Amino acid sequence: MRIQVDAERCQGHNRCFGISPELFDVDDEGFATVVGDGEVPPGLEDKAEMAILNCPEFAISKIEKAAS
Amino acid sequence: MTGRHPKVENWATDFDHTDPEWVENPFPIWDELREQCPVAHSNRYGGVWLPTRHQEVAEVAYDTERFTSRSIIVTEGRPMAPAPVGVAPPISSDPPFHHDARRILLPAFSPKAVEALREFTTTLCEGLLDKLEGSSVVDISTDYAQYIPVAVIAKMLGFPDEDQDLFRQFVHNTLEAVDQTQDERIANFGTLIAYIGDQLADHRANPRDDLTSFLLNAELDGEPLSEEHIMGTIGLTLIAGIDTTWSAIGAALWHLAKTPDDLHAMATDPEIWPTAVEELLRAYAPVTMARLVKQDCEFAGEQMKEDEWVLLPFPSANRDPEAFENPDHVDLWRRENRHLTFGLGIHRCLGSNLARMEFTVALQSFIKRYPNFSLDDPASVRWSGGQVRGPRACMVKINAN
Repeated sequence: MRIQVDAERCQGHNRCFGISPELFDVDDEGFATVVGDGEVPPGLEDKAEMAILNCPEFAISKIEKAAS
Repeated sequence: MTGRHPKVENWATDFDHTDPEWVENPFPIWDELREQCPVAHSNRYGGVWLPTRHQEVAEVAYDTERFTSRSIIVTEGRPMAPAPVGVAPPISSDPPFHHDARRILLPAFSPKAVEALREFTTTLCEGLLDKLEGSSVVDISTDYAQYIPVAVIAKMLGFPDEDQDLFRQFVHNTLEAVDQTQDERIANFGTLIAYIGDQLADHRANPRDDLTSFLLNAELDGEPLSEEHIMGTIGLTLIAGIDTTWSAIGAALWHLAKTPDDLHAMATDPEIWPTAVEELLRAYAPVTMARLVKQDCEFAGEQMKEDEWVLLPFPSANRDPEAFENPDHVDLWRRENRHLTFGLGIHRCLGSNLARMEFTVALQSFIKRYPNFSLDDPASVRWSGGQVRGPRACMVKINAN
């Protein structure tokens, strides 16, 4: 599972960072980015889902894998 | 609020957010309007619109072309300070000025900056709880909740602790006394500005490590901030940071006092806290924002006129069944919770991290000390009027078993 933050939509609510500092980082102004390339380590899938479901700006999404 | 206005008979065509019925319980009114007309109108306050569904509230919040933030508190008059700066930047500012004015402040309210105030807030709450020892019935609003944000904001700004009663008066005048005449409001505003002026002079003479000294040294486009800008921003911090957080803490404690199962869950299960905090913030969001219509336009099929107000009831959007499953049920385990308690878009509450920290610490401290409190007399509960809603009186038994 891989996730991404849409920087255009993020308004710095910090809900994702509150749910999972393992998966998200915030800069000095509070805007969020994914840690690394957004790949969700095993065991953190539920936190990734929760971050997606709690962003008021709908800024977080899964990156769908291209069909092989 | 005791209304100076006639009682509302028709909420779709003549609503008033200071009407006693709204103040007591606005949720049935919003439910009715959400069904009946997505955007209600009233001729009061020189014309004001009221979207109640999540969709239209969000659209207005995102639309800085048709709607200006140059004033965000609905009153009889219209603000003198023009866009894009407005009277209290950045909350009263529009793009492009808004962006830079907000950036100056963001680091002071980031999660890391706020974390540094957690210990102070915990000690503060413990001290307030110590004072309640020996009482069997206390007012959670005026004996506890109201002191927390006032002390935190005084510390951030570096203002004297002994002036905290004065801050509460400023807040009341600005946010709750909205049915005063324009002359009364201008006089009250003058008192606030004079007070901030004295504090700025003191900080200029004795610079220190706080938000006030930070603003005195801050630059915008290579120039120091104007005196009006600094005063407006400090006024904003003082006004917006107090009533709001006080209301959220009070409303959450009120809910827990009348809902023993929820209180028991929070007292015994640490795992419930992350979702419980957000759910209590959703269900009892205190803040309704406002905009002014920039120029005559059409919105949601309605013809809006320049300088009419638009109320943005985030608490109503948070109860919209289109956006939240079973919205009137407080579910402390709620998974999907994209609440608008801190707004949406570029004006997302600057102090949301601070508010959330204060809210969490205030509840944790109270529940740890009094895991069995309960509502003493439901009839004693009194709610604030205007655009910030929370209990202003709420008696609870703190040693209930």
